[in-house]
Amino acid sequence: MLADRLKRGLAAPICLTWELTYGCNLACVHCLSSSGRRDPRELSTAEAKAVVDELAAMQVFYVNVGGGEPLVRGDFFELVEHAVASGVGVKFSTNGALLDPVKAARVAAMDYVDVQVSLDGATAISNDAVRGPGSFAAARRAMDNLAGAGFGAFKLSVVLTRHNVVELDELEALAAAYGAVLRVTRLRPSGRGAAAWAGLHPTAEQQRAVHRWLLDRPHVLTGDSFFHLSALGEPLPGLNLCGAGRVVCLVDPVGDVYACPFVLHDQFKAGSVRDPGGFAAVWRSSELFRSLREPQSAGACASCGAYDACQGGCMAAKFFTGLPLDGPDPECVFGHGERALATLLPGSAPTPGPGHSRRRLLPVLPSR
Amino acid sequence: MTFDTARPYRLHPQVALRDEPFGALAYHYGNRRLTFLKSPGLVELVRGLDAHPSLDGALDALGPPAPERARWLRSLEQLAASEVICAR
Repeated sequence: MLADRLKRGLAAPICLTWELTYGCNLACVHCLSSSGRRDPRELSTAEAKAVVDELAAMQVFYVNVGGGEPLVRGDFFELVEHAVASGVGVKFSTNGALLDPVKAARVAAMDYVDVQVSLDGATAISNDAVRGPGSFAAARRAMDNLAGAGFGAFKLSVVLTRHNVVELDELEALAAAYGAVLRVTRLRPSGRGAAAWAGLHPTAEQQRAVHRWLLDRPHVLTGDSFFHLSALGEPLPGLNLCGAGRVVCLVDPVGDVYACPFVLHDQFKAGSVRDPGGFAAVWRSSELFRSLREPQSAGACASCGAYDACQGGCMAAKFFTGLPLDGPDPECVFGHGERALATLLPGSAPTPGPGHSRRRLLPVLPSR
Repeated sequence: MTFDTARPYRLHPQVALRDEPFGALAYHYGNRRLTFLKSPGLVELVRGLDAHPSLDGALDALGPPAPERARWLRSLEQLAASEVICAR
């Protein structure tokens, strides 16, 4: 079976996310990379181009570029143009604030470049509650600019929360009005999302409704992120498996390689593109990735008839809520995760740390 | 375009193949779709299409024995539908 082969790993990732910078003009409450401040150790332009060359040699056909806000990097277009010229397509995620008409036109003029504009609500009120004041207007301006530049079908990318579930139809209509494609992905308790997750993740009832909603709309993209919902019976389209270290990985702004975009934690760091052997050596022979490609134990889920469908769910969701990796997902559709969470002692979840969040500026007393 | 095995076929010019343990990944730079070729034999056939005057001819030379031929034809028809291969 194909899924079994994929779990044993591939010659190169299918879906490589590359966070170009931790710098971001926003401070979304659920930011999976706790972005804000730029890291002074960020890959230089030359180093980033060398990573592109390596990906091209490995036939990584496209990369998902994000951040932080990737447009914060002054060499963003230089890197994208280098990637595209090397046969590595780019899909980049942006909050839109910096995507002015000139940049939108530049993006529209390039082949093999896709844009995902992030928006987490159909109105300024619901979106800005998560993404910060002014972020809805900024995203809408970027969408207008892309449409004005004749970009075509960009993606409107929504992280599903208990507050925007009810706006899915509106978000779909908004995407359609721009000729855009709606993309809905799962909220993970990663980065700053660890603290926000309990109050933001969809309820069990909402999850069932979303499963139906997505089944009825195979044109809505999901990044295959809702595979834990396959336990409800009908699987959603896509690869229903955790691809971490098998078909998926993340390169962070300083070149560290993690098993997936949602596990920025030392335990899931496989190596660095700056190590001898570069990215290829990390992908092919890091101890972490090798172990993820071994058959995984179903643990507490072994006796559940739905395990083959949901595969125990999302590794990152379990890890950052403090659940064992060989057990139910915190959002297990049968409630096993919720019950397991209820038995956890406070403080048993690992702390993701402040990451690159901007420090709050303390009022400075005038010196005498 | 109809699937006509009497015609010569080729790997679509916008498609790149990446060898994998199970066969290959095909990526179409035009429609940006990823397709799995689930056997090394099928990959070899797709790579060899150019050298044969028809898809039937390529199957005769590089395809499986008769009992499996129908299954391979269905795979090739799907590859044609997703523009991994095309008539030349």
